[in-house]
Amino acid sequence: MTEFLQQLLNGLSLGAIYALIALGYTMVYGVLRFINFAHSDVFMVGAFIGYFVGGLLPHGTFWGGLAALAAAMAGCAVLGIVIERLVYRPLRGGPTLNVLITAIGMSLFLEYSGQLVFGATPRAFPAIFPAKVISLHGLIISMNQVTVIVVAAVLMVGLQFAVHGTKIGTAMRAVALNPKAAQLVGINIDVVISFTFGLGSALAGAGGVLYALNYPSIDPLMGVVPGLKAFVAAVLGGVGNIPGAALGALILGMVETFVDGSRWSTYKDAIAFAILIGILLFRPAGLLGRYRAEKV
Amino acid sequence: MPKPLIALLAAVLVAFGVSYFSDHIDPYYLDVITGVGINIILAVSLNLVNGYTGQFSLGHAGFMSVGAYLSAAITMLAGPRILGDSGGTAVQQGLLFLGALLVGGLGAALAGVAVGIPSLRLKGDYLALVTLGFGEIIRVIFQNVDALGGALGLNGIPNYTTVFWVYSFAALTVFTVVCLVRSTYGRGFVATRDDEVASEAVGLNTTRYKIVAFVVGAFFAGVAGGLYGHFKLTITPTGFDFTKSIEIVVMVILGGMGNTPGVILAAILLTVLPEVLRAVDEYRMVLYSLLLIVLMLVRPKGLFNFDYSAIASRLRRKFWPAGS
Repeated sequence: MTEFLQQLLNGLSLGAIYALIALGYTMVYGVLRFINFAHSDVFMVGAFIGYFVGGLLPHGTFWGGLAALAAAMAGCAVLGIVIERLVYRPLRGGPTLNVLITAIGMSLFLEYSGQLVFGATPRAFPAIFPAKVISLHGLIISMNQVTVIVVAAVLMVGLQFAVHGTKIGTAMRAVALNPKAAQLVGINIDVVISFTFGLGSALAGAGGVLYALNYPSIDPLMGVVPGLKAFVAAVLGGVGNIPGAALGALILGMVETFVDGSRWSTYKDAIAFAILIGILLFRPAGLLGRYRAEKV
Repeated sequence: MPKPLIALLAAVLVAFGVSYFSDHIDPYYLDVITGVGINIILAVSLNLVNGYTGQFSLGHAGFMSVGAYLSAAITMLAGPRILGDSGGTAVQQGLLFLGALLVGGLGAALAGVAVGIPSLRLKGDYLALVTLGFGEIIRVIFQNVDALGGALGLNGIPNYTTVFWVYSFAALTVFTVVCLVRSTYGRGFVATRDDEVASEAVGLNTTRYKIVAFVVGAFFAGVAGGLYGHFKLTITPTGFDFTKSIEIVVMVILGGMGNTPGVILAAILLTVLPEVLRAVDEYRMVLYSLLLIVLMLVRPKGLFNFDYSAIASRLRRKFWPAGS
C-alpha cells in the first residue's frame, strides 16, 4: 500500500511537469493548428535560466527558488514571443508542412546553439528550493515533489483564470474557435497569438525549472524526450483542449511511473507512444476533445 | 526498350564502373558518395509517401532499422553457414548480400503493412505523430531484444556495401517511384494528395493507395537500412531514432514535395553540406538548422522546386529555335 502511494506521488509530480509543458503545446495548437516542436527546447532554456539565476540567489530558500522560477518564466515568455514573431509569423497561412519543418528547424537551432553556449556535458542543477524529506509511515515525500505539485497546481489555476476570466483569454478562445470570425469582430489576431506563445512558453519555463529540481541534471538535449511525451499527453487529453492536456499529462505521468516500477521498466519509453497510438485509433479526438465534422 | 528502363540499366552500369575503380578513389570521398546514395534511396522512397501521396510520415527511420537489423542478422548469423569456412567467392557473397537486402526490405514492407493499415485512417499531424510513435516503439523493441545486441546494437557486420549496390538500388528506387507515379494506376497517389474527398467520390480507393505508397516506401527504407548497416558495420537502436526520420523528411521538403529530381538534389546537398561544414565543426549544426529555417522562409516550396519541363522547353527554344 505504501509503495502504491509512493508511486502515486511520484507519478503525480511527473504528471504535473508534463502538464506544464503539454499546456503550451495544446494552446499553440488551439490557435495556430500546428505542433510547435521548438516548445520542448524552450523548456530546456527555462531550466538553464533557472540554473544561472538560481546560482546567483541564496540556495535553499523559498523566495530564492520562486525568484529563479519567475525569471525562467519571464525569460521563456520573451523567447517564445520572439520565436513566433521572427519565424512563425512570416509563414502564417502557408502550408502546414512548411510550418512544421520550420518548427523542427527552430528546435534543432535551440538545441545546437545550447550545446555551443552551455556545452554538451550535463550540469548538476542546484537545490534552489529547501530540500527537505518528510517521512510519513514509510512514505517518503520530498519537498521538491511538493513544490512541483503545488507550483503546477497554482499555475494551472492561474491559467484557467487567464483563459476564462480575462479579456485577452476570451479573445484567445475566440481565435481558437474561428480565426476569421475573430478578426471580423475586431480581435487583433497578432496580439492574441503573441500572448498565447508567451503564456505557453512561460509555463514550459516553469516546467523546465521544476523538472530540473526533480531530475537534477540539465543539458541542451534534455527537452526532447519530456517534450515528446508532453505532446502525447496533449493528444491524449484532446489537443487544443486545456483541461484535457492537464488530465492527459497526469494519466501519462502515473502510467509511466507505474510501468517504471514494474518488471517492464525497460519499455517505459514505448508506453507513451503505445498510449498515443491506442488513443488515436480508438478516440482520435482525445479523452476530452470533440469531433469536428469535415466540411467538403 | 522504354526510356526509363534504359536509364535504369545505364545507372546500374555506371555504378558498376565506379565501383570497379573504387580502389583508386580516396576512401573519404567514397564514404561520402556511399552516404549520398543511401540518403537518395531514403529520400526518394519517402517522397512517394510524403510528397506524391501527401501522407506525412515521420517513421521512415523505424522501417530503416527493421531492414538494417534483419539483413545484418542474415549476413552475420546465417552467412557463415551458407558460405562455409572459406568465406565464399565474391559472387556468393554478393548473392547472399542481395538476399539479405531483399529480406530486410520485405520485413520492413511487412512492418509497413502492420503500421499502415491502422494508422493511415488518420490525417495530417496525427498521422505524423502515430508514425513517429511506431518508429520509436520499434526502436525500444530492438533495445530490449538481447539477441540483437540490445541497447549496444550489432557489431562486426560484414563490409558488403559497395558503390555498385548502393547506386543500383538508388536507381531502382527512382525507377520504381517514377514509373509508379506516372502509370495510370499511379495517378491515384497524386489524386489522393490533391483532394481525398474528390478522389473517393470518383471511386478511387484512397486508403489502398495510401497503404501501397506506405509499403513501397517502407520496402526501400528497409533496403537502405540494410545497405547502411553493411556500410557502417555497426548499428545501434538509437541510430534510428526520430531525428533520423526528420533528417529524411527535411530532404523531401527541401527538394520540393513530389518532385523526384529535386529530392535527389536535396539528398545530395544535405549529405555533403555537413561534410563541407566540418571545417567549422562547432557551428555546423547551428548553421544547418538556421539554413533550414531561412530556406523555409525564403523558398517555401522547396529549394529545387523548379518547373523542369518549362526550363527544358526554354532551352530548346533558345538552342533550336522553331522553324530553323
